[in-house]
Amino acid sequence: MAALLETRGLSAFYGQTQALTDVDLAVEDGGVTAVLGANGAGKTTLLRALCAMTRREGAIFFDGKAFNPKAAEDAARRGIAHAPDGRGTFLDLTVDENLRLGAYTRRDRPGVGADLERAFAYFPRLKERRGQQAGTLSGGEQQMLAISRALMLRPRLLLLDEPSFGLAPLVVKDIFRILAAINREDRVAMLIVEQNANLALDLADRAYLLETGRVALHGPSSAVRADEAVRRVYLGY
Amino acid sequence: MFAFTHQVLSGLAMGGVYASLALAIVMIYQATRLVNFAQGEMAMFSTYLAWAMIDAGAPYWLAFFLTLVLSFVLGAAIERLVIRRFDGAPVLTVVIVFIGLLVIINSLAGWLFTYSIKSFESPFPDTARFGAGYISPHEMGAIGVTLAMLALIYGFFRFTPLGLAMRAAAQNPISARLVGIDVGRMLAIGWGLAAAVGAVAGMMAAPIVYLDPNMMGGILLYGFAAALLGGIDNPWGAAVGGFIVGVLENIAGAYLVGAEIKLSVALAIIIGVLVARPSGLFGRVIVTRV
Repeated sequence: MAALLETRGLSAFYGQTQALTDVDLAVEDGGVTAVLGANGAGKTTLLRALCAMTRREGAIFFDGKAFNPKAAEDAARRGIAHAPDGRGTFLDLTVDENLRLGAYTRRDRPGVGADLERAFAYFPRLKERRGQQAGTLSGGEQQMLAISRALMLRPRLLLLDEPSFGLAPLVVKDIFRILAAINREDRVAMLIVEQNANLALDLADRAYLLETGRVALHGPSSAVRADEAVRRVYLGY
Repeated sequence: MFAFTHQVLSGLAMGGVYASLALAIVMIYQATRLVNFAQGEMAMFSTYLAWAMIDAGAPYWLAFFLTLVLSFVLGAAIERLVIRRFDGAPVLTVVIVFIGLLVIINSLAGWLFTYSIKSFESPFPDTARFGAGYISPHEMGAIGVTLAMLALIYGFFRFTPLGLAMRAAAQNPISARLVGIDVGRMLAIGWGLAAAVGAVAGMMAAPIVYLDPNMMGGILLYGFAAALLGGIDNPWGAAVGGFIVGVLENIAGAYLVGAEIKLSVALAIIIGVLVARPSGLFGRVIVTRV
């Protein structure tokens, strides 16, 4: 398999502060790459740098070509969907409107209609609530909405920022089961940032461990899982 | 009863003007959290453009629609060329910029068109075919034009993809960018639309208050009052607020205190409402769960 996304020497900055240093990372086409790390390790920054939401240095390649986004909307236009930190819900809009916004850059109306139905098939709860104001959804439902909104782009690559954050364990399990199905059935590649290392490693084929903005360790998920330090610090057994 | 009905109906006509201006103010407020103090002067300038076209021999409705288009372009240009440079600047800085725009546009109009008061023609007939005495044909026409415009704007935001994208960009710009919306362009379009809505207010007000560079001063104040009364985060509340302010103003003038201090009474009533309901009559209390 060829790499769908590749970064070489990627660094990112907030003002004068460097949050990410020389990150080389790859996501295989149709694969899942997990990025693990503690709070403040640079996980969210990595996703933001890919969408031109921070100042950055280094090179990004997407689908074999240099990818040099100037603004966040450039990522969506290249087929990179981002379910951001905090879920990014349009709180005052309805569930239906939130989903239609996900397909904003698409012009194939019948395809959008079909994808809407597919999203509802993955998350039937959203269909029940499609006319409801999104701000009234529970945290889990908003996370489902964030993932569905991202899928409405019919993306090549899905960037997921802590989909488990603040949710009950059962809901998290459900969401990760559906993410695995989406990856398997729709061949959507994923770059997933998670604090819940166990779940992320189950889903991913490759994993990177970030420590203070640098890659401390990387390799196939199984190898990362077997690493003594990762086991003690991030898996907790 | 006849006189009372007359006061209410003609209040609705000026109310439509306040409603339009309030809507324009709220549209920009929702997208930027800024109150555009120059909105009234922009509307005044648009009205002069219409006057100049009509004066040069253009038919009224041609001038009307050309003015809407020109106002849209000018509004969008002001956003792109001026306001965008102050993105992220402290609120006070932006307030000064707005006041600067107000003064500049006011002086520009005075310089181009002089400060002498001009009459502005109404597109509606001089004599009424029905409802004679209750309401003048211009007032009735102004109410109709205002309602038609409100319906169009509502339909645009509610039912078109571009309208949805503009609402999204106003609510959550970061998420909007992530789904591929060019938020800067939405802001420019929003300013253009607000300017066109304001232009309608100016052109409907001018036959009543006459055309001069300071014509919008009082109207802008009522527009603010209407926006706050209806709820500054709710465009439709703001429009309803405009009609309420118009009617209140007329009734206060006719029955309570006379024309001299009707402005104060109307504003006092509005302050009273805001004390009881700080978010306005129709301001939404947003329900959110974490």
